[in-house]
Amino acid sequence: MATQLEPDVHADEEAFRTEVQQFLANHFPDELKGKANALAGVDGPTDETPAQTKWREAVGERGWGTPTWPKQYGGGGLTKSEAKIVEQEFAKAGAYNPIGGMGVMMFGPTLLEYGSEAQKSEHIPPICRGEIRWCQGYSEPNAGSDLANLQTFAEDKGDHYVVNGQKTWTSGGQWADKCFAIVRTDKSDKHRGISFMLIDMDAPGVEVRPITMISGTSPFCETFFTDVKVPKANLVGEEGQGWTIGKRLLQHERTNISGGGSLARLMGQSLGEIAKKYGETDADGELTDRVLRDRIADFEIRWNSFLLTARRAVEESKAQGGVSEISSVLKKVGTKLSQERSELLIEIRGLQGLGWEGEEFTDGELEAVRGWLFGKATTIYGGSTEIQNNIIAKRVLGMLDHQ
Amino acid sequence: MAVLNEEQEMLRDMAREWATNESPVTEFRKVRGAGEPRAYSADAYATMAQMGWAGIIVPEAHGGSDFGFMSAGLVVEELGKTLTASPLVATTIAASAIVLGGSEEQKAKWLPRLASGETVATLAVDEGAQHDPSAIETSVSGGKLTGKKAFVHEAHGADLFVVAAKDGLYLVEKGDGVALTTRKLTDQRSHADIAFDGAAADRLANGGDSLLDDVLARAQVVTAAEMLGMAQAVFDTTLDYLKQRVQFNQVLATFQALQHRMADLFADLAQMRSAVEAGLQAVDSGFGVGRAAIIAKAEANRVLHVISNQGIQLHGGIGMTDEYDVGFYLKRARVLEASWGSSSYLKDRFAKLSGY
Repeated sequence: MATQLEPDVHADEEAFRTEVQQFLANHFPDELKGKANALAGVDGPTDETPAQTKWREAVGERGWGTPTWPKQYGGGGLTKSEAKIVEQEFAKAGAYNPIGGMGVMMFGPTLLEYGSEAQKSEHIPPICRGEIRWCQGYSEPNAGSDLANLQTFAEDKGDHYVVNGQKTWTSGGQWADKCFAIVRTDKSDKHRGISFMLIDMDAPGVEVRPITMISGTSPFCETFFTDVKVPKANLVGEEGQGWTIGKRLLQHERTNISGGGSLARLMGQSLGEIAKKYGETDADGELTDRVLRDRIADFEIRWNSFLLTARRAVEESKAQGGVSEISSVLKKVGTKLSQERSELLIEIRGLQGLGWEGEEFTDGELEAVRGWLFGKATTIYGGSTEIQNNIIAKRVLGMLDHQ
Repeated sequence: MAVLNEEQEMLRDMAREWATNESPVTEFRKVRGAGEPRAYSADAYATMAQMGWAGIIVPEAHGGSDFGFMSAGLVVEELGKTLTASPLVATTIAASAIVLGGSEEQKAKWLPRLASGETVATLAVDEGAQHDPSAIETSVSGGKLTGKKAFVHEAHGADLFVVAAKDGLYLVEKGDGVALTTRKLTDQRSHADIAFDGAAADRLANGGDSLLDDVLARAQVVTAAEMLGMAQAVFDTTLDYLKQRVQFNQVLATFQALQHRMADLFADLAQMRSAVEAGLQAVDSGFGVGRAAIIAKAEANRVLHVISNQGIQLHGGIGMTDEYDVGFYLKRARVLEASWGSSSYLKDRFAKLSGY
């Protein structure tokens, strides 16, 4: 039977591949070839060029930006292997996925799991079309690593809540249309007093102030809520279920931060190759700075075993039908190594690698400086390294709670 | 842990059970106490060979099971956990040299004997205290091999030596022209300097110019597998200890400083396991072997070094005693770290292979 079926499946996949190729030929504007999705970054611009709009609308209409999400809510409704084909063909054509942001990475999957039918029908389709930008209302000035200490309060007023409080580190808050937030609905219970709700960023009483970071950019904001009315229809799950839903969403976030695949792409060129351009080499083409050479090799060996670990985590999770216990180390190890790489990159370039602005620096040099600075946040957000260590010690190693 | 097939799972379970029940660290203590230069129990090695472990990488045609290096690594890892003293690793490495470089005649003569455990073999490459395959002075003239080899593993039990000379690898049997000088190292295992003086030598003529490098890659991954078992054992023992030991009216495991240190070691161990398993798998697939073996051994060196030190520190004073096992792992760790490439050697090789 299997041998009978295989050619058909194969033929179907080939037909689908042709469909994707035709779609790209018809809709992907040449001028965007090889570009990244400028609007996906939390730090990106807000205005689209006509070509960008055209491309986003074309992909959004098909749902292929969220290929495996259900078709009834505007997703692609594709199988995993079809989604892979879309990804492969887009990559071949140098086409980026114009549908992105926190709606796709974190909020959408969570709402599909916990949202009501009405909420899914209302909020998922605009995410699939890339029309709505979401931001995350989690951290507060006194609720960072101790997130459950959040104080923003939603007072029950019958058919709606009135929300008061302050969120911080709201990524892309200045450009967001809506915010998924965890807020307090009960002051008597730290964890079960938290609820998950959706807030319009243009509602009266919402005020956003961008925060300038050490990298010179303002990807994060402070968000103030003063007597903001939130309809009860915007409560996701039940009152008091917010901590559970909120933690589930963080799992999506951590996967995105640590993911070996995307980090591998970010890492790009070998540090050794870069060092050869900036430093001296001997007759064999080896770096004459032996100390630096040793440190680069030391880093790259560990980086290689991180990529192997990320791959192993996926294989083990598949084989076990559950999350592998080594997944717990990926965020902590991946973020540490990418910071280390940024430091080495600067050291390789000397003062030429610390440029802030000016034509004497290449784009690559300038981006590396901003990336180095901004990268310091990766071991703090999404559950800091210290929190990751607590989780590993408690959940994986079975060491008792220190509290 | 890599995803295993059924055969591999059975092999690992069998090795784990045997090591735990028949070859715990108390058996190593007995070997140490006996004080023989060979430093292993011949009965134990015969049992291991009976279970097929000496022939895991040997082709079926020559009396092995041809399960490959990943499978061999699983067994070696389990034996590393209990510091089982045996010539299994040395013989496996030597057998791989014959598999890769031997003529049909050489294979037919030696591989069945290695697989059955009848013959113990070992690889002799280095001529000084540091691993350096580029500094070989040993030479062969008219079928007679002359030169000095240093710190050869399992030399006392070996009947057959795979010896690196300037122009390739040679098989040399124990006997005339082969003189051992025992070198007692901190791990209390068998090591010897060997003076070859016109010993009869049979060249491994196949395998091409890269034969020595290919064999060293296999030495690196199998050694790394032993080190992985040791690191896992020290980590597990230390974690158990932290959960039992009470100070200031609480178990040590409740102190956050120690929790975070263990979380770091856990992450390091995960990295080490990924690298070692990938090295073993690379040998089986034949793809990117040299580089994967370097990564495997380099990560094994780095992580076992840290874990063996932390094992002592976290056990406190009791870890300093001979009565406690953790010190044995520290001593064996350093010997293996220095064998087939120290960390600085491996980083240099990695940089060379990467073109910088």
